[in-house]
Amino acid sequence: MNDTISLKDRTAIVGIGETAFGKAMAQSEEQLACMAIKAALDDAGISPSEVDGLCSLNMENVFQHDIARDLGMKEVTYYAQMPAGGHGGCGTVGHAAMAIATGQAKVVVGWRSRKRSGRASRVWAQLEQRIQGSRDTWLRPWGIIRPVDEVGVMYTRYMHEFGATRDHLANVALAFRSHANRNPNAFMHAKPMSREDYFAARWISEPLCLFDCCLETDGAIAFVVTAAKRARDCRSRPVYIHAAAQGFDGGSAILANYFTADPMRSQAATCAKSLWRQSDIRASDIKVAQFYDAFTPEVFFTLEGYGFCGRGEGAAFTEDGGIALGGRLPVNTGGGSLSEVYLHGFNMISEGVKQMRGSSTGQVDNADCCFVSSSDLGPTCAVVLRN
Amino acid sequence: MTAIPLPYGDDPDTKGFWDAAREKRLVVQRCKACGHCQFPPHPFCARCARDETEWVDASGRGQVWSFGIAHGPTLPGFQDLVPYPMIVVELDDHPSIRMVGSLVAAPDAPINSVPASAIRIGLPVDVTFTAVSDDITLPRWMPRASESLTP
Repeated sequence: MNDTISLKDRTAIVGIGETAFGKAMAQSEEQLACMAIKAALDDAGISPSEVDGLCSLNMENVFQHDIARDLGMKEVTYYAQMPAGGHGGCGTVGHAAMAIATGQAKVVVGWRSRKRSGRASRVWAQLEQRIQGSRDTWLRPWGIIRPVDEVGVMYTRYMHEFGATRDHLANVALAFRSHANRNPNAFMHAKPMSREDYFAARWISEPLCLFDCCLETDGAIAFVVTAAKRARDCRSRPVYIHAAAQGFDGGSAILANYFTADPMRSQAATCAKSLWRQSDIRASDIKVAQFYDAFTPEVFFTLEGYGFCGRGEGAAFTEDGGIALGGRLPVNTGGGSLSEVYLHGFNMISEGVKQMRGSSTGQVDNADCCFVSSSDLGPTCAVVLRN
Repeated sequence: MTAIPLPYGDDPDTKGFWDAAREKRLVVQRCKACGHCQFPPHPFCARCARDETEWVDASGRGQVWSFGIAHGPTLPGFQDLVPYPMIVVELDDHPSIRMVGSLVAAPDAPINSVPASAIRIGLPVDVTFTAVSDDITLPRWMPRASESLTP
Protein backbone atom coordinates (compact mmCIF):
# COMPACT_ATOMS: atom_id res chain seq x y z
CA MET A 1 0.00 0.00 0.00
CA ASN A 2 1.26 3.43 -0.90
CA ASP A 3 2.08 5.50 2.16
CA THR A 4 0.90 8.76 0.62
CA ILE A 5 -2.36 9.80 -0.94
CA SER A 6 -2.96 12.39 -3.58
CA LEU A 7 -5.33 15.24 -2.85
CA LYS A 8 -6.28 15.38 -6.50
CA ASP A 9 -10.00 16.04 -6.87
CA ARG A 10 -10.80 14.13 -3.65
CA THR A 11 -12.46 17.15 -2.09
CA ALA A 12 -14.48 20.10 -3.27
CA ILE A 13 -15.53 23.55 -2.21
CA VAL A 14 -19.30 23.25 -1.98
CA GLY A 15 -20.22 26.58 -0.45
CA ILE A 16 -19.03 30.16 -0.31
CA GLY A 17 -20.38 33.01 1.75
CA GLU A 18 -19.60 36.70 1.67
CA THR A 19 -20.86 39.63 3.68
CA ALA A 20 -21.20 43.08 2.20
CA PHE A 21 -17.87 44.91 2.14
CA GLY A 22 -17.45 48.40 3.52
CA LYS A 23 -15.83 50.72 5.99
CA ALA A 24 -16.76 51.14 9.64
CA MET A 25 -19.41 48.43 9.37
CA ALA A 26 -21.78 48.13 12.31
CA GLN A 27 -21.28 44.40 12.90
CA SER A 28 -18.51 42.93 15.02
CA GLU A 29 -15.86 40.72 13.47
CA GLU A 30 -17.50 37.75 15.21
CA GLN A 31 -20.87 38.63 13.74
CA LEU A 32 -19.39 39.09 10.27
CA ALA A 33 -17.64 35.73 10.53
CA CYS A 34 -20.86 33.98 11.52
CA MET A 35 -22.77 35.69 8.71
CA ALA A 36 -20.25 34.55 6.09
CA ILE A 37 -19.98 31.01 7.45
CA LYS A 38 -23.76 30.59 7.71
CA ALA A 39 -24.14 31.90 4.15
CA ALA A 40 -21.50 29.44 2.92
CA LEU A 41 -23.22 26.53 4.68
CA ASP A 42 -26.60 27.59 3.28
CA ASP A 43 -24.99 27.76 -0.16
CA ALA A 44 -23.86 24.16 0.32
CA GLY A 45 -27.09 22.99 1.94
CA ILE A 46 -25.20 21.74 5.00
CA SER A 47 -26.23 22.33 8.62
CA PRO A 48 -23.73 23.97 10.98
CA SER A 49 -24.15 20.97 13.27
CA GLU A 50 -22.40 18.84 10.66
CA VAL A 51 -19.25 20.97 10.60
CA ASP A 52 -16.36 19.16 12.25
CA GLY A 53 -13.37 21.10 10.90
CA LEU A 54 -12.34 24.77 11.14
CA CYS A 55 -9.44 26.50 9.38
CA SER A 56 -8.37 30.12 9.64
CA LEU A 57 -5.35 32.42 9.73
CA ASN A 58 -3.44 32.86 12.95
CA MET A 59 -4.17 36.60 12.60
CA GLU A 60 -7.88 35.82 12.89
CA ASN A 61 -9.45 37.51 15.89
CA VAL A 62 -12.54 35.27 15.97
CA PHE A 63 -11.59 32.05 17.71
CA GLN A 64 -12.73 28.68 16.44
CA HIS A 65 -14.42 28.06 19.78
CA ASP A 66 -16.58 31.13 19.38
CA ILE A 67 -17.56 30.09 15.86
CA ALA A 68 -18.47 26.58 17.01
CA ARG A 69 -20.52 27.92 19.91
CA ASP A 70 -22.21 30.70 17.98
CA LEU A 71 -23.37 28.47 15.15
CA GLY A 72 -24.19 25.36 17.18
CA MET A 73 -21.46 23.07 15.92
CA LYS A 74 -21.22 19.82 17.89
CA GLU A 75 -17.92 17.95 17.73
CA VAL A 76 -14.92 19.55 16.01
CA THR A 77 -12.20 17.05 15.17
CA TYR A 78 -9.85 19.13 13.02
CA TYR A 79 -8.71 22.72 13.39
CA ALA A 80 -5.69 24.52 12.01
CA GLN A 81 -4.34 27.99 11.47
CA MET A 82 -1.99 29.31 8.83
CA PRO A 83 0.71 31.84 9.76
CA ALA A 84 1.74 35.06 8.04
CA GLY A 85 -1.55 36.77 7.24
CA GLY A 86 -2.14 37.09 3.53
CA HIS A 87 0.55 34.53 2.82
CA GLY A 88 -1.70 31.81 4.22
CA GLY A 89 -5.20 32.04 2.71
CA CYS A 90 -4.92 29.19 0.23
CA GLY A 91 -3.29 27.13 2.94
CA THR A 92 -6.62 27.00 4.75
CA VAL A 93 -8.07 25.37 1.63
CA GLY A 94 -5.17 22.93 1.56
CA HIS A 95 -5.63 22.08 5.24
CA ALA A 96 -9.32 21.50 4.68
CA ALA A 97 -8.62 19.20 1.73
CA MET A 98 -5.97 17.27 3.67
CA ALA A 99 -8.21 16.93 6.73
CA ILE A 100 -11.01 15.44 4.69
CA ALA A 101 -8.82 13.27 2.48
CA THR A 102 -7.17 11.75 5.55
CA GLY A 103 -10.39 11.22 7.49
CA GLN A 104 -9.81 13.84 10.16
CA ALA A 105 -13.06 15.62 9.38
CA LYS A 106 -16.03 15.45 7.01
CA VAL A 107 -17.09 19.09 6.61
CA VAL A 108 -14.48 21.82 7.02
CA VAL A 109 -15.14 25.55 7.09
CA GLY A 110 -12.49 28.17 6.37
CA TRP A 111 -13.06 31.86 6.98
CA ARG A 112 -11.57 35.30 7.33
CA SER A 113 -13.32 38.14 9.11
CA ARG A 114 -11.78 41.52 9.54
CA LYS A 115 -12.60 45.09 10.34
CA ARG A 116 -9.69 46.75 8.64
CA SER A 117 -10.88 50.31 8.98
CA GLY A 118 -9.28 51.76 12.06
CA ARG A 119 -5.80 51.98 13.42
CA ALA A 120 -6.19 48.92 15.61
CA SER A 121 -5.99 46.60 12.61
CA ARG A 122 -2.78 48.07 11.21
CA VAL A 123 -0.07 45.72 12.37
CA TRP A 124 2.72 48.18 11.69
CA ALA A 125 1.07 50.81 13.87
CA GLN A 126 1.31 48.46 16.87
CA LEU A 127 5.11 48.45 16.75
CA GLU A 128 6.56 48.68 20.23
CA GLN A 129 9.27 51.12 21.24
CA ARG A 130 11.57 48.12 21.61
CA ILE A 131 11.37 45.73 18.72
CA GLN A 132 10.37 42.11 19.23
CA GLY A 133 11.56 39.57 16.73
CA SER A 134 14.65 39.15 14.67
CA ARG A 135 13.13 40.27 11.38
CA ASP A 136 11.87 43.68 12.47
CA THR A 137 15.22 44.37 14.16
CA TRP A 138 16.97 44.70 10.82
CA LEU A 139 14.33 46.88 9.12
CA ARG A 140 12.41 49.15 11.48
CA PRO A 141 15.16 51.26 13.12
CA TRP A 142 15.98 52.68 9.69
CA GLY A 143 12.41 53.59 8.81
CA ILE A 144 11.22 50.61 6.80
CA ILE A 145 8.08 50.43 8.88
CA ARG A 146 5.12 49.38 6.76
CA PRO A 147 4.65 46.48 4.36
CA VAL A 148 4.37 49.08 1.59
CA ASP A 149 7.87 50.31 2.45
CA GLU A 150 9.28 46.80 2.14
CA VAL A 151 7.60 46.12 -1.18
CA GLY A 152 8.43 49.54 -2.59
CA VAL A 153 12.15 49.08 -1.98
CA MET A 154 11.94 45.64 -3.59
CA TYR A 155 10.19 47.07 -6.65
CA THR A 156 12.83 49.76 -7.18
CA ARG A 157 15.33 46.94 -7.57
CA TYR A 158 12.95 44.97 -9.82
CA MET A 159 12.62 47.99 -12.12
CA HIS A 160 16.40 48.30 -12.21
CA GLU A 161 17.03 44.66 -13.06
CA PHE A 162 14.21 44.04 -15.50
CA GLY A 163 13.38 47.39 -17.07
CA ALA A 164 9.92 47.58 -15.52
CA THR A 165 8.22 50.93 -14.93
CA ARG A 166 5.34 52.48 -13.03
CA ASP A 167 3.25 52.01 -16.16
CA HIS A 168 3.36 48.29 -15.43
CA LEU A 169 2.04 48.92 -11.94
CA ALA A 170 -0.74 50.98 -13.45
CA ASN A 171 -1.58 48.06 -15.75
CA VAL A 172 -2.30 45.97 -12.67
CA ALA A 173 -4.29 48.61 -10.80
CA LEU A 174 -6.38 49.50 -13.85
CA ALA A 175 -7.13 45.90 -14.84
CA PHE A 176 -8.40 45.01 -11.38
CA ARG A 177 -10.38 48.22 -11.08
CA SER A 178 -12.11 47.51 -14.38
CA HIS A 179 -13.06 44.08 -13.02
CA ALA A 180 -14.41 45.64 -9.83
CA ASN A 181 -16.52 48.01 -11.90
CA ARG A 182 -18.45 44.91 -13.11
CA ASN A 183 -18.85 43.47 -9.60
CA PRO A 184 -21.67 45.06 -7.58
CA ASN A 185 -20.28 43.77 -4.27
CA ALA A 186 -16.84 45.28 -4.93
CA PHE A 187 -15.96 48.24 -2.74
CA MET A 188 -14.79 50.19 -5.80
CA HIS A 189 -17.68 49.07 -8.01
CA ALA A 190 -18.90 52.59 -8.76
CA LYS A 191 -15.47 54.19 -9.12
CA PRO A 192 -13.83 53.86 -12.54
CA MET A 193 -10.14 54.70 -12.71
CA SER A 194 -8.12 56.11 -15.60
CA ARG A 195 -4.37 55.99 -16.15
CA GLU A 196 -4.35 59.72 -15.37
CA ASP A 197 -6.09 59.01 -12.07
CA TYR A 198 -3.41 56.47 -11.26
CA PHE A 199 -0.53 58.83 -11.91
CA ALA A 200 -2.25 61.66 -10.02
CA ALA A 201 -2.48 59.63 -6.80
CA ARG A 202 -0.37 60.57 -3.80
CA TRP A 203 2.75 58.67 -2.90
CA ILE A 204 2.62 56.18 -0.06
CA SER A 205 6.12 54.80 -0.41
CA GLU A 206 7.90 55.61 -3.66
CA PRO A 207 7.80 53.98 -6.13
CA LEU A 208 4.33 52.94 -4.87
CA CYS A 209 1.35 55.29 -4.81
CA LEU A 210 -2.08 54.99 -3.23
CA PHE A 211 -3.48 52.85 -6.05
CA ASP A 212 -0.65 50.34 -5.73
CA CYS A 213 -2.00 49.49 -2.30
CA CYS A 214 -4.92 47.28 -1.33
CA LEU A 215 -8.11 48.61 0.17
CA GLU A 216 -8.74 48.98 3.87
CA THR A 217 -12.15 47.42 4.24
CA ASP A 218 -14.40 45.44 6.57
CA GLY A 219 -16.11 42.17 5.80
CA ALA A 220 -15.92 38.41 5.97
CA ILE A 221 -15.68 35.50 3.55
CA ALA A 222 -16.07 31.79 4.23
CA PHE A 223 -15.94 28.54 2.30
CA VAL A 224 -17.04 24.97 2.93
CA VAL A 225 -15.09 21.88 1.86
CA THR A 226 -16.28 18.29 1.85
CA ALA A 227 -15.45 15.01 0.15
CA ALA A 228 -16.02 14.81 -3.60
CA LYS A 229 -18.53 11.99 -3.19
CA ARG A 230 -20.72 14.02 -0.88
CA ALA A 231 -20.13 17.20 -2.87
CA ARG A 232 -22.18 15.89 -5.77
CA ASP A 233 -25.27 15.87 -3.53
CA CYS A 234 -24.80 19.41 -2.23
CA ARG A 235 -27.02 22.31 -3.18
CA SER A 236 -24.42 24.16 -5.28
CA ARG A 237 -22.19 22.95 -8.07
CA PRO A 238 -19.02 21.48 -6.55
CA VAL A 239 -15.67 23.04 -7.36
CA TYR A 240 -12.97 20.42 -7.01
CA ILE A 241 -9.67 21.08 -5.24
CA HIS A 242 -7.34 19.62 -7.83
CA ALA A 243 -4.05 20.50 -6.17
CA ALA A 244 -2.89 22.44 -3.11
CA ALA A 245 0.61 23.43 -2.03
CA GLN A 246 2.56 25.78 0.15
CA GLY A 247 6.22 26.71 0.38
CA PHE A 248 9.01 29.01 1.40
CA ASP A 249 12.77 29.09 0.95
CA GLY A 250 15.36 28.71 3.67
CA GLY A 251 16.76 32.12 4.52
CA SER A 252 13.55 33.85 3.55
CA ALA A 253 11.28 35.96 5.70
CA ILE A 254 7.64 36.79 6.10
CA LEU A 255 7.62 39.53 3.46
CA ALA A 256 10.18 41.22 1.25
CA ASN A 257 13.60 39.89 2.08
CA TYR A 258 16.68 41.73 0.86
CA PHE A 259 19.07 39.39 2.60
CA THR A 260 18.88 36.23 0.48
CA ALA A 261 21.30 35.42 -2.30
CA ASP A 262 18.64 36.17 -4.92
CA PRO A 263 15.87 38.45 -3.65
CA MET A 264 14.28 38.60 -7.10
CA ARG A 265 13.51 34.90 -6.93
CA SER A 266 9.91 34.49 -5.92
CA GLN A 267 9.39 31.92 -3.20
CA ALA A 268 6.36 30.94 -5.19
CA ALA A 269 8.86 28.99 -7.28
CA THR A 270 9.20 26.58 -4.35
CA CYS A 271 5.46 26.32 -3.83
CA ALA A 272 5.02 25.95 -7.60
CA LYS A 273 7.22 22.86 -7.77
CA SER A 274 4.99 21.11 -5.25
CA LEU A 275 1.78 22.39 -6.83
CA TRP A 276 2.51 21.46 -10.43
CA ARG A 277 3.95 18.08 -9.36
CA GLN A 278 0.54 17.27 -7.89
CA SER A 279 -1.47 18.70 -10.73
CA ASP A 280 -2.56 17.26 -14.07
CA ILE A 281 -3.31 20.85 -15.08
CA ARG A 282 -0.27 22.88 -16.16
CA ALA A 283 0.36 26.59 -15.86
CA SER A 284 -0.15 26.85 -19.61
CA ASP A 285 -3.66 25.31 -19.22
CA ILE A 286 -4.85 27.99 -16.81
CA LYS A 287 -7.38 30.38 -18.39
CA VAL A 288 -8.19 32.47 -15.32
CA ALA A 289 -6.30 33.18 -12.11
CA GLN A 290 -6.69 34.91 -8.77
CA PHE A 291 -3.49 36.37 -7.33
CA TYR A 292 -2.89 38.02 -4.00
CA ASP A 293 -2.48 41.72 -4.63
CA ALA A 294 -1.93 43.64 -1.43
CA PHE A 295 0.52 45.63 -3.56
CA THR A 296 0.68 45.73 -7.35
CA PRO A 297 4.28 44.43 -7.71
CA GLU A 298 3.34 41.14 -6.08
CA VAL A 299 1.49 40.20 -9.25
CA PHE A 300 4.73 40.19 -11.26
CA PHE A 301 6.47 37.92 -8.78
CA THR A 302 3.50 35.54 -8.79
CA LEU A 303 3.34 35.41 -12.60
CA GLU A 304 7.01 34.50 -12.66
CA GLY A 305 7.08 32.21 -9.63
CA TYR A 306 4.33 29.89 -10.86
CA GLY A 307 5.66 29.78 -14.39
CA PHE A 308 3.06 31.88 -16.21
CA CYS A 309 6.05 33.72 -17.68
CA GLY A 310 9.82 33.75 -17.26
CA ARG A 311 11.94 35.53 -14.66
CA GLY A 312 11.76 39.28 -15.07
CA GLU A 313 8.90 39.01 -17.58
CA GLY A 314 6.04 39.57 -15.14
CA ALA A 315 5.74 43.29 -15.73
CA ALA A 316 5.75 42.94 -19.51
CA PHE A 317 3.10 40.20 -19.21
CA THR A 318 0.64 42.89 -18.10
CA GLU A 319 1.10 44.96 -21.25
CA ASP A 320 -1.74 45.21 -23.78
CA GLY A 321 -4.34 44.14 -21.24
CA GLY A 322 -2.51 40.90 -20.49
CA ILE A 323 -4.16 40.32 -17.11
CA ALA A 324 -7.48 42.07 -17.84
CA LEU A 325 -10.62 40.28 -19.02
CA GLY A 326 -10.04 39.27 -22.62
CA GLY A 327 -6.27 39.19 -22.09
CA ARG A 328 -3.75 36.35 -22.06
CA LEU A 329 -4.56 35.45 -18.46
CA PRO A 330 -7.40 37.36 -16.76
CA VAL A 331 -6.42 37.87 -13.12
CA ASN A 332 -8.54 38.92 -10.15
CA THR A 333 -11.76 38.94 -12.10
CA GLY A 334 -13.76 40.23 -9.11
CA GLY A 335 -11.47 43.22 -8.50
CA GLY A 336 -8.94 41.70 -6.09
CA SER A 337 -7.57 43.21 -2.91
CA LEU A 338 -6.93 46.43 -4.79
CA SER A 339 -10.53 47.08 -5.78
CA GLU A 340 -12.97 44.47 -4.44
CA VAL A 341 -12.10 43.93 -0.78
CA TYR A 342 -9.03 43.35 1.35
CA LEU A 343 -9.60 40.21 3.39
CA HIS A 344 -6.15 38.67 3.27
CA GLY A 345 -6.91 37.08 -0.06
CA PHE A 346 -10.05 35.12 0.82
CA ASN A 347 -11.86 36.91 -2.00
CA MET A 348 -9.40 35.21 -4.36
CA ILE A 349 -10.77 31.87 -3.12
CA SER A 350 -14.43 32.85 -3.44
CA GLU A 351 -13.87 34.43 -6.85
CA GLY A 352 -12.13 31.28 -8.03
CA VAL A 353 -15.19 29.28 -6.99
CA LYS A 354 -17.51 31.69 -8.82
CA GLN A 355 -15.46 31.32 -12.00
CA MET A 356 -15.77 27.54 -11.79
CA ARG A 357 -19.51 27.82 -11.26
CA GLY A 358 -19.85 30.22 -14.16
CA SER A 359 -21.30 32.89 -11.88
CA SER A 360 -18.55 35.51 -11.77
CA THR A 361 -19.37 39.07 -12.76
CA GLY A 362 -16.15 38.86 -14.76
CA GLN A 363 -16.81 35.39 -16.12
CA VAL A 364 -14.16 33.92 -18.40
CA ASP A 365 -15.81 31.82 -21.10
CA ASN A 366 -15.14 28.10 -20.97
CA ALA A 367 -12.91 28.39 -17.91
CA ASP A 368 -12.65 24.83 -16.60
CA CYS A 369 -9.87 25.45 -14.10
CA CYS A 370 -8.71 28.36 -11.97
CA PHE A 371 -5.41 29.05 -10.28
CA VAL A 372 -5.58 30.80 -6.88
CA SER A 373 -2.58 31.95 -4.85
CA SER A 374 -1.81 33.77 -1.64
CA SER A 375 0.69 36.52 -0.98
CA ASP A 376 4.02 36.31 -2.73
CA LEU A 377 7.28 37.86 -1.49
CA GLY A 378 7.33 35.52 1.47
CA PRO A 379 5.94 32.11 2.36
CA THR A 380 3.12 31.38 -0.02
CA CYS A 381 0.50 28.84 -0.99
CA ALA A 382 -1.76 28.10 -3.91
CA VAL A 383 -4.54 25.87 -5.14
CA VAL A 384 -5.76 24.71 -8.53
CA LEU A 385 -9.55 24.52 -8.71
CA ARG A 386 -11.54 22.79 -11.43
CA ASN A 387 -15.16 22.21 -12.22
CA MET B 1 15.17 62.76 20.42
CA THR B 2 12.38 61.44 18.26
CA ALA B 3 11.03 58.11 19.39
CA ILE B 4 11.82 55.46 16.81
CA PRO B 5 11.49 51.72 17.29
CA LEU B 6 14.79 50.29 18.50
CA PRO B 7 16.14 46.79 18.97
CA TYR B 8 17.12 45.28 22.27
CA GLY B 9 20.88 45.67 22.60
CA ASP B 10 21.29 42.68 24.91
CA ASP B 11 19.78 39.91 22.82
CA PRO B 12 22.32 37.07 22.89
CA ASP B 13 22.17 36.54 19.13
CA THR B 14 22.72 40.17 18.17
CA LYS B 15 24.48 41.80 21.14
CA GLY B 16 27.86 41.67 19.39
CA PHE B 17 26.55 43.79 16.52
CA TRP B 18 25.22 46.51 18.80
CA ASP B 19 28.28 46.44 21.06
CA ALA B 20 30.46 47.02 17.99
CA ALA B 21 28.17 49.75 16.66
CA ARG B 22 28.58 51.66 19.93
CA GLU B 23 32.32 51.53 19.20
CA LYS B 24 31.63 52.76 15.66
CA ARG B 25 32.53 49.45 14.09
CA LEU B 26 30.41 47.65 11.53
CA VAL B 27 30.61 43.88 12.03
CA VAL B 28 29.22 40.77 10.43
CA GLN B 29 28.91 37.32 11.88
CA ARG B 30 31.46 34.68 10.79
CA CYS B 31 31.32 30.94 11.37
CA LYS B 32 34.39 29.77 13.24
CA ALA B 33 34.12 26.36 11.62
CA CYS B 34 33.66 27.13 7.94
CA GLY B 35 34.32 30.86 7.65
CA HIS B 36 30.89 31.66 6.20
CA CYS B 37 29.84 35.26 6.87
CA GLN B 38 26.17 36.06 7.37
CA PHE B 39 23.79 38.90 8.09
CA PRO B 40 21.35 39.29 9.76
CA PRO B 41 23.05 37.38 12.57
CA HIS B 42 21.48 34.21 13.91
CA PRO B 43 22.48 31.42 16.27
CA PHE B 44 23.72 28.87 13.74
CA CYS B 45 25.80 29.05 10.58
CA ALA B 46 23.44 28.89 7.61
CA ARG B 47 26.04 27.01 5.58
CA CYS B 48 27.33 24.29 7.94
CA ALA B 49 24.77 24.41 10.80
CA ARG B 50 27.40 24.75 13.51
CA ASP B 51 26.78 27.18 16.33
CA GLU B 52 30.17 28.76 16.99
CA THR B 53 30.33 32.18 15.43
CA GLU B 54 32.38 35.31 15.92
CA TRP B 55 32.12 38.96 14.92
CA VAL B 56 34.48 40.35 12.31
CA ASP B 57 34.89 43.91 11.15
CA ALA B 58 33.53 44.89 7.76
CA SER B 59 35.05 47.74 5.78
CA GLY B 60 31.94 49.90 6.06
CA ARG B 61 32.01 50.59 2.34
CA GLY B 62 29.19 49.60 0.08
CA GLN B 63 26.79 50.64 -2.60
CA VAL B 64 23.08 51.22 -2.74
CA TRP B 65 21.40 47.98 -3.85
CA SER B 66 17.92 49.49 -3.79
CA PHE B 67 15.97 52.28 -2.16
CA GLY B 68 12.56 53.82 -1.68
CA ILE B 69 11.13 57.06 -0.38
CA ALA B 70 8.71 56.76 2.54
CA HIS B 71 5.76 59.14 2.63
CA GLY B 72 3.16 59.15 5.38
CA PRO B 73 1.18 58.06 7.16
CA THR B 74 3.74 56.21 9.21
CA LEU B 75 4.84 55.84 12.82
CA PRO B 76 4.89 59.06 14.85
CA GLY B 77 8.67 58.78 15.26
CA PHE B 78 9.08 58.98 11.49
CA GLN B 79 6.07 61.04 10.44
CA ASP B 80 7.83 64.35 11.02
CA LEU B 81 10.65 63.28 8.70
CA VAL B 82 8.66 62.20 5.62
CA PRO B 83 9.51 62.02 2.85
CA TYR B 84 12.74 60.24 3.75
CA PRO B 85 14.81 57.65 1.87
CA MET B 86 15.17 54.02 2.89
CA ILE B 87 18.12 52.18 1.42
CA VAL B 88 19.52 48.68 1.17
CA VAL B 89 23.32 48.58 1.03
CA GLU B 90 25.41 45.80 -0.47
CA LEU B 91 28.80 45.60 1.26
CA ASP B 92 31.89 45.94 -0.94
CA ASP B 93 33.87 43.37 1.03
CA HIS B 94 30.92 40.96 1.47
CA PRO B 95 28.97 41.13 -1.79
CA SER B 96 26.46 38.56 -0.53
CA ILE B 97 25.59 40.68 2.50
CA ARG B 98 23.01 43.47 2.38
CA MET B 99 21.92 45.74 5.21
CA VAL B 100 18.95 48.05 5.48
CA GLY B 101 19.96 51.59 6.31
CA SER B 102 19.33 55.28 6.24
CA LEU B 103 21.14 57.67 3.92
CA VAL B 104 22.36 60.88 5.55
CA ALA B 105 24.30 63.87 4.24
CA ALA B 106 26.63 64.02 7.23
CA PRO B 107 27.21 62.18 10.52
CA ASP B 108 24.23 62.80 12.82
CA ALA B 109 22.30 64.55 10.01
CA PRO B 110 18.56 63.67 9.92
CA ILE B 111 17.41 60.77 7.75
CA ASN B 112 15.76 63.15 5.31
CA SER B 113 18.94 65.14 4.66
CA VAL B 114 19.73 63.59 1.25
CA PRO B 115 17.28 64.51 -1.52
CA ALA B 116 15.65 61.66 -3.40
CA SER B 117 17.02 63.01 -6.66
CA ALA B 118 20.57 62.30 -5.46
CA ILE B 119 19.95 58.61 -4.81
CA ARG B 120 20.51 55.89 -7.37
CA ILE B 121 21.18 52.17 -7.37
CA GLY B 122 24.94 51.72 -7.32
CA LEU B 123 25.62 54.92 -5.38
CA PRO B 124 28.81 54.32 -3.32
CA VAL B 125 28.26 54.86 0.39
CA ASP B 126 30.33 54.78 3.58
CA VAL B 127 29.08 53.84 7.01
CA THR B 128 28.66 56.36 9.80
CA PHE B 129 27.24 55.90 13.28
CA THR B 130 24.58 57.77 15.23
CA ALA B 131 23.78 57.17 18.89
CA VAL B 132 20.00 57.11 19.18
CA SER B 133 19.67 55.96 22.80
CA ASP B 134 21.92 55.11 25.74
CA ASP B 135 22.39 51.58 24.52
CA ILE B 136 21.76 51.71 20.76
CA THR B 137 23.95 53.26 18.10
CA LEU B 138 22.67 52.83 14.56
CA PRO B 139 24.93 52.39 11.55
CA ARG B 140 23.84 54.82 8.84
CA TRP B 141 25.30 55.58 5.44
CA MET B 142 26.63 58.66 3.70
CA PRO B 143 27.23 59.14 -0.01
CA ARG B 144 30.97 58.66 -0.52
CA ALA B 145 32.79 61.99 -0.33
CA SER B 146 33.92 61.70 -3.95
CA GLU B 147 30.26 61.52 -5.04
CA SER B 148 28.40 64.69 -5.82
CA LEU B 149 25.02 64.98 -4.10
CA THR B 150 23.45 66.51 -7.16
CA PRO B 151 22.22 64.12 -9.80
